[in-house]
Amino acid sequence: MFTNFPLFPQQASVQAGQVDAIYFFVVAITAFFSLIIAGAIAFFAAKYRRRHDAEVGVAIHGSLILEILWSVIPFFLTMGMFAWGAKVFFDLYRPPAGAMEIFVVGKQWMWKIQHMDGQREINELHVPVGRPVKLIMGSEDVIHSFYIPAFRVKADVIPGRYNTLWFEATKPGTYHLFCAEYCGTKHSGMTGRVVAMDPADYQAWLSGGSASDSPVAAGEKLFQDLVCNTCHIQGSQGRGPVLTNLFGNTVELQDGGRVTADEAYIRESIVNPQAKIVAGFQPIMPTFQGLVTEEQLLQLIAYVRSLSAQGTAPSPAGTAAPTMPQKSDQPVQEPRKPGR
Amino acid sequence: MHGVVMVFFFLIPSIPAVLGNFLVPIMIGAKDLAFPRINLLSWYIYVLGGVFTLFAALSGGVDTGWTFYTPYSTAASNSHVMSAALGVFITGFSSILTGLNFIVTIHRMRAPGMTWFRLPLFIWAHYATSLIMILGTPVIAITVLMVAAERALHLGIFDPALGGDPVLFQHLFWFYSHPAVYIMILPAMGVISEIVQAFSRKNIFGYSFIAFSSLAIAVIGFFVWGHHLFVAGQSVYAGLIFSFISFLVAIPSAIKVFNWTATIYKGSVSLDSPMLYAFGFIGLFTIGGLTGLVLATMGIDIHVHDTYFVVAHFHYIMVGGAIMGYLGGLHYWWPKMTGKLYSEAWSKFSALIVFVGFNLTFFPQFIAGYIGMPRRYHAYPPEFQVLNVLSSAGASILAVGYIIPLIYFMYSLVAGEKAANDPWGSRGLEWEIPSPPPTENFTVTPVVTEGTHQYVHPSQEVGVA
Ligand code: HEC
Ligand SMILES: [Cu+2]
Ligand SMILES: [Cu+2]
Repeated sequence: MFTNFPLFPQQASVQAGQVDAIYFFVVAITAFFSLIIAGAIAFFAAKYRRRHDAEVGVAIHGSLILEILWSVIPFFLTMGMFAWGAKVFFDLYRPPAGAMEIFVVGKQWMWKIQHMDGQREINELHVPVGRPVKLIMGSEDVIHSFYIPAFRVKADVIPGRYNTLWFEATKPGTYHLFCAEYCGTKHSGMTGRVVAMDPADYQAWLSGGSASDSPVAAGEKLFQDLVCNTCHIQGSQGRGPVLTNLFGNTVELQDGGRVTADEAYIRESIVNPQAKIVAGFQPIMPTFQGLVTEEQLLQLIAYVRSLSAQGTAPSPAGTAAPTMPQKSDQPVQEPRKPGR
Repeated sequence: MHGVVMVFFFLIPSIPAVLGNFLVPIMIGAKDLAFPRINLLSWYIYVLGGVFTLFAALSGGVDTGWTFYTPYSTAASNSHVMSAALGVFITGFSSILTGLNFIVTIHRMRAPGMTWFRLPLFIWAHYATSLIMILGTPVIAITVLMVAAERALHLGIFDPALGGDPVLFQHLFWFYSHPAVYIMILPAMGVISEIVQAFSRKNIFGYSFIAFSSLAIAVIGFFVWGHHLFVAGQSVYAGLIFSFISFLVAIPSAIKVFNWTATIYKGSVSLDSPMLYAFGFIGLFTIGGLTGLVLATMGIDIHVHDTYFVVAHFHYIMVGGAIMGYLGGLHYWWPKMTGKLYSEAWSKFSALIVFVGFNLTFFPQFIAGYIGMPRRYHAYPPEFQVLNVLSSAGASILAVGYIIPLIYFMYSLVAGEKAANDPWGSRGLEWEIPSPPPTENFTVTPVVTEGTHQYVHPSQEVGVA
């Protein structure tokens, strides 16, 4: 029972070292000041202990110099922590360009994972070491939080929006995956494991097993099944706007506003189309809220993204080949019409 | 459920209700609070709120934690969120009334000569606390009302399926609940300021710095709530600002700790049980406060947010700080409130037990948290076992430490020696009247000529000024 008793977490990502370094810095300062205070109190209490019953202390009212010193020194120390902490945060927050993307959907009480090649897993996440991985995460019900302690990364998974998280594993191995936001009675069972593998093993894992359609291909199929294609006709203007080259570009809205077409915007266009009307179109698109699951939404988004040069994420194989042409026999897309 | 009851029904009201109601009028030389009836009303309201919460607890409990995060609390949780929310809502009014009463009392009822800068620091602390109570509590009241409205009427406020925004709840909730931490800790700080002076027989070092740091904490504390949302996907720049302000709020707390320490210097220090609790407070609060810096550092918070590290941190502040302060205050003023003395040996012993038990319970949680144990996990992987066993052992010791005072306090009521007016040799208006005080506190309204805790006559002062 006492053999497995770590006092410190494993370091298994490029971020882990960064986070630990600043942690040690802050802890060192914490320990230093705690010891000074405790030491001073113990020393004074012993040295100035009451010697007879009527004794009183010396009247000292204060010292401006001391007050300034013990406000200004802590101030500068905390500003150091602030700046360094912010830097680490920014690094943790911004995925490097070209990170391999994986979709994650949280629901009570499991993690559903879709790889761009079509692999799906539940409560397990296989990733290659040495490659940045970006997770795009949504929730089907309540707020969850995706947490891999050995990588020092965590992000809340919130219904109705997409949060992202990125990491780059450095050591092959199996690591804990936890849900860190209370989500109901089985919250503590919403755990899983992250398997970091050598790139070669990862390739082997990808090609084995039960690959289903890639999210792009599944999204394309949904696009037909849900008759999106009756209004959004490929290549020519139908009742709805052309979606080619939409992702990553700026959309002009009816009310004069502009919005960048990202995952959140496309999601909103599907579940709540009336929220933002594209300039020049009628608000006739029906809502698909309740008709598509969170996973299907992610597939539709993947498909819409694949129609755009900027939306194609590099494939897990590591080459820059776009995901789309690999698995679908999509006709070559016309470029988006100018003026949009 | 543990959280709801502890926070809203114990930690928030404990010091203001028990010690504050008793001491605020006496310390400023008044016969009673400005609105004695409102004070009574606020007690009834508190009891009513307690009844609703008790009902929620007995009929199955709420399973949302004390944070009631949406949309879980509005859409998914099928437990007694409604009655618990109502309980919290109702108790809120009790807080507001208490805060109002204190503020008016401190403004209007001071005895002749009791100028603002002669006020005991306990009063300054309660003044700052009252400000937070009346400014913050309405927000939590409105928030729980919105939760109730969404649950009952399906108004889309927080639930995205109804068109709401779940993160909005977190903003509203923490806008109150972060300052609420200061509602718990500021009165305790006031208690500590009094005890440190009384048991060093020395006036406070840096009076105005301690007084104003209470106000600074109250004001700045309203602008840090976003440090609970670093991983909730709030804008990075909002995060930056909240992190910055969270560091700022650490400074006034540091100022207090340094000044308390300096007060002991060249004092006449006696280690009676209130002083032991005060030392315990300073130690635990220092650790709690400094680990707050770990959490305010954005890069680290991503890792430790919602882990046991946070649990340990806020227990050091709220239990280690607020309860140590409360116990210290009880021990200090018990003879005054009841007119009876308790066993000095037992009380020192229990102070020690509480300190040891507390650290054994909560220190291992810092380690478990950094290794990555998420909070609110009742089942956990084996590597957390040892730390959790230590914690549980500590909790049992801590419980003993809390039960011993209960026994000797009860005993002192029945068979305790009678307390003199001023058993500790302190200075302050409350020590000039009989123990326990008569209904009207003072037979003649006192006239105040100097600040509290002046042990040396001004003409005899020599010290380093
Ligand atoms: C009845 C016709 C119709 C159907 C069916 C329809 N849409 Fe639309 N869609 C529109 C119209 C019209 C607009 C532009 C007005 C607006 O923004 O609501 C639009 C806008 C959009 C946009 C935003 C486009 C932009 O340029 O900003 C996206 C994305 C979208 N639809 C996706 C879908 C998907 C996915 C489906 C199928 C699940 C679908 N639509 C089904 C009519 C339709
Ligand atoms: Cu969870
Ligand atoms: Cu806070």
